[in-house]
This record gives sequence, structure tokens and C-alpha cells, in this order.
Amino acid sequence: MNAIDVTERPGFLAYALAIENEAVERYTTFAEQMDVTNNREAAELFREMARLETLHAKEIEARIGGQTLPEGASCEYAWPDGESPEAPDFSDTHYLMTPYQALTLVLEAEQRAVEFFETIERAGTDEAVRKMAAEFAKEEREHVRRVRQWRERYPPPERDWDDDPDPPNQAE
Amino acid sequence: MERVVTSGAATEVTLKPKDYKSDIKPVWCPGCGDFSVLAAITRALAALKVAPENVAVISGIGCSSRIPAYLDTYGFHGAHGRALPLATGLKISRPDLCVLVAGGDGDGFSIGGNHFLQVCRRNVDITYIVMDNQVYGMTKGQASPTTEPDWDRSKLTPHGTRINAFYPLVVALASGANFIARASSSDPNGAAKVIGEAIGHPGFSFVQVLSPCVTFRPEQRDWKKIVRPAPIEATTDPAAAARRLMTDDNFYLGVLYKGNRAPFEPDSAGQPSTEQELEEEFKV
Ligand SMILES: Cc1ncc(C[n+]2csc(CCOP(=O)(O)OP(=O)(O)O)c2C)c(N)n1
Ligand code: SF4
Repeated sequence: MNAIDVTERPGFLAYALAIENEAVERYTTFAEQMDVTNNREAAELFREMARLETLHAKEIEARIGGQTLPEGASCEYAWPDGESPEAPDFSDTHYLMTPYQALTLVLEAEQRAVEFFETIERAGTDEAVRKMAAEFAKEEREHVRRVRQWRERYPPPERDWDDDPDPPNQAE
Repeated sequence: MERVVTSGAATEVTLKPKDYKSDIKPVWCPGCGDFSVLAAITRALAALKVAPENVAVISGIGCSSRIPAYLDTYGFHGAHGRALPLATGLKISRPDLCVLVAGGDGDGFSIGGNHFLQVCRRNVDITYIVMDNQVYGMTKGQASPTTEPDWDRSKLTPHGTRINAFYPLVVALASGANFIARASSSDPNGAAKVIGEAIGHPGFSFVQVLSPCVTFRPEQRDWKKIVRPAPIEATTDPAAAARRLMTDDNFYLGVLYKGNRAPFEPDSAGQPSTEQELEEEFKV
């Protein structure tokens, strides 16, 4: 079923683009979740991440130019952990999450993207693909560095960060 | 994923999963497993290349049953527990449509429990996706049929329900469902593949998706560490499927059973075919 071959140039670019597009979608969803629960700081942060990932997607699109890439829905890619590496897990958000926690999710996602491209750089068979993978891994390492700096602006969560004396949903 | 959609809907379209989403933003709690199930359904439909206007998603009531509103397909948010009969009627009158039913374990196995049995027996060509969180989420945390007997966190059952949990896959098999699978919201792509396969399989397909309620069952966030692929391939033999289910711990994922019963075909001979003929029948 998985027709998209990451070891060849068109397949590799399809994966690289899918990674960014999935991240845009996921961060947009997270921003909307935080809007709904009135966590404005986390909402803004996720919205900013969606904006940045959109820029990354555009950069990859520019590289692709007019080339035809293999097509497929997200479930037709063979991701190492089942899900696109730069999209944080759906279950990892919380309505009270702090900016530090939100950025930790982002950081982990960027680290997974580094690993993804480094694996292709190491194991790839096509020289041009390995070169591109090395370049993308370098960019992702730079994102990791920047997100880490960004996170330093916020304090780590306090022990009782999820205590809510008046929660929106309470067992009845 | 197979490109042939037997559940109606022949025209192929190339769309992205997000094209199947509506503009309405989900009001689920952040972290709720249902976000992932929504993504899985849109991915399955995109992979199957089925046009949104050829899909109808029917639900009852519950947090999970809000799903038709979040999809840009046809949808019907019906009465609590009544999604399956609604979907049956729709599929019989519009066999060209791809009909999905989505909802929760409370909706499907409490108030809708008898419909579940009858729909398995009838084997109409529809796909039923149950987001199982072993609790009533919408009404704020009461035990559901799939809740463990010793879960004592609801004020209604402070000592647990102390009655056996309902095992939907076993009941589906015993009642005649033609496709039975379990997926997890922790793996939306895995869930999308299973849902796609369920849609492609003729007859009544049942997919239980383990989908944590992070608000009333926060411990379910750990399900993602427990779930794993079932070690055995899907079988067409109900006896083998039954043996496998009897040793199942509810956390094995994958397609369990693919039967080959022919889907239900209504006997339309002598039945009214126009509105006028129908009205004639009810004339007093
Ligand atoms: C006829 C009727 N009885 C009871 C209710 C109250 N009610 C609304 S949703 C629900 C159960 C929801 O649980 P589930 O189907 O598991 O969905 P979840 O919210 O967990 O996704 C109940 C009992 C109702 N809406 N209508
Ligand atoms: S109450 Fe539970 S099931 Fe309902 S939206 Fe919240 S987490 Fe999901």
C-alpha cells in the first residue's frame, strides 16, 4: 500500500512537505483548542508555530517547483512512529498547559524531525537525497536551538499547574 | 489502502484530509481522543478518494457524537442511541451513499444496545465507529457499559458498577457483524487504515476506537503505552475469531474478523415506490 518511496528524490520531497503540512494542521488544531478553553498564551504560541511551519512548507514547495510528486493521504506514508514526526501527539495538550509545556511539545517534535532526516542522511542510497536530508537535518537542528531559546523565556510549570478550583467539567 | 469503495460512492476525487473538515471548531477538551478519530476519518476518506457529497455521517448524542458537525460531508445528529436505525434507513433508501455511523460507548451500547445487536444481525453495508472511553463524557463522568466493574470515581457508582463490562467485539461477532476491528486514537494513521478497510468491506463493519476521555478518565492517557498490534492476522473464520477474542485483553489493535456474508438487500417486491403509494397504505 505504501507507494511513496522516501529513498528517491520525489518521494523524499513528498515526505518533507507532508511533515511541514501536518505540523501546520496540528498546531492550528492546538491553537483552536486553546482558543475554545480560553488559554490565550498557549493559543498564540501554537498559532505562531502554525505560521512558522507554513513558511517552512512554502520553502519546500519552492524547491519542488514544477516537479510531480507521488500523492498520498497521510496514512499512506511510512512514518517511523506511525505519525508524522513534527506533529505532536493529539493527547498531549491540556487546557491549563503553560507556554513552557507548549514549547516542550514543539521542541520534542523538532527533535523527532532532526532524527527523521538524520536517519535518511545515514541510511539513504541516493546521493542527492542524502545531501538534501543532511541539509534538512541541519535546518531542523537550528529550529531545535531556537525553540530551546524561546522556551527559556518562560518558567517551568509549578507542581500544581493543573489544579483548578473551578474546572469547566466536573464529575457529577 | 484499497481504492474500491463498496459502500456506495463510486466517483473518485483527490482531496486532502482537511478538505473533509467543516469550519466548525470542535469544543472537545484539549487532549480528548476524539480529535484524533476525527483526523483518522478524514484521512481514510481522502485515501479512499470518496467525494464528501457521497458520504453521510450519522450520530446520536455524546461528545463523540458531535463528529458530523466537524465534517464537511452530509451528517445527521440524531437522538441518543438511535444513530444505527437512522443509518440503516438511509443506506437502504440511498445505497449509493457511503454511510458511516459514529458515537460513544454510552450511546451505542446502553441506550442504543439493542439496535447494535439488530444491526449486526441485519448486516446492512454501513460502517460503525465507536469512540470507546468507558465513560459518559458529555453528562460528566458516569459509568458506561464498557466501564470496568471496580471503577469507583463516579458519584453514581461510588463502589464501582460491580457488574460485568460489556465486550462489544465479542457481541458483534456473536451477532453477525461482517467486519470487526479495534484501533486506537493514539495512532491516527493506524485508525485511518482500519476505518478505510472497514468502509471497503461489504456489510456491517464495526470499529471500536479506544479514545481516552482525558477529563473524566485521565488515567486513560496511559492507554497509548499499553496498546499494541494484535499478533494474529484477520480471520474469516468466526470460530477462530471467537477464540482470539476470548483471550483478548482489550488492548490488541487491528482487524480481527472479516466475514463474507452478503450484505442485506431490502425486498422491494410489492413495496410502495412513490410517496403517493406510501400514503395509500396509511389511509384510514
Ligand atoms: C434519551 C436521552 N437519554 C439520556 C441523555 C443524556 N445523555 C447525553 S449523552 C449521554 C451519554 C454519552 O456517553 P457516550 O455515548 O459514551 O459519549 P461520550 O460523551 O463519552 O463521547 C447521555 C446519557 C440524552 N441526551 N437523551
Ligand atoms: S468530556 Fe471527555 S469525552 Fe467529552 S470532550 Fe472532554 S475528554 Fe472528550
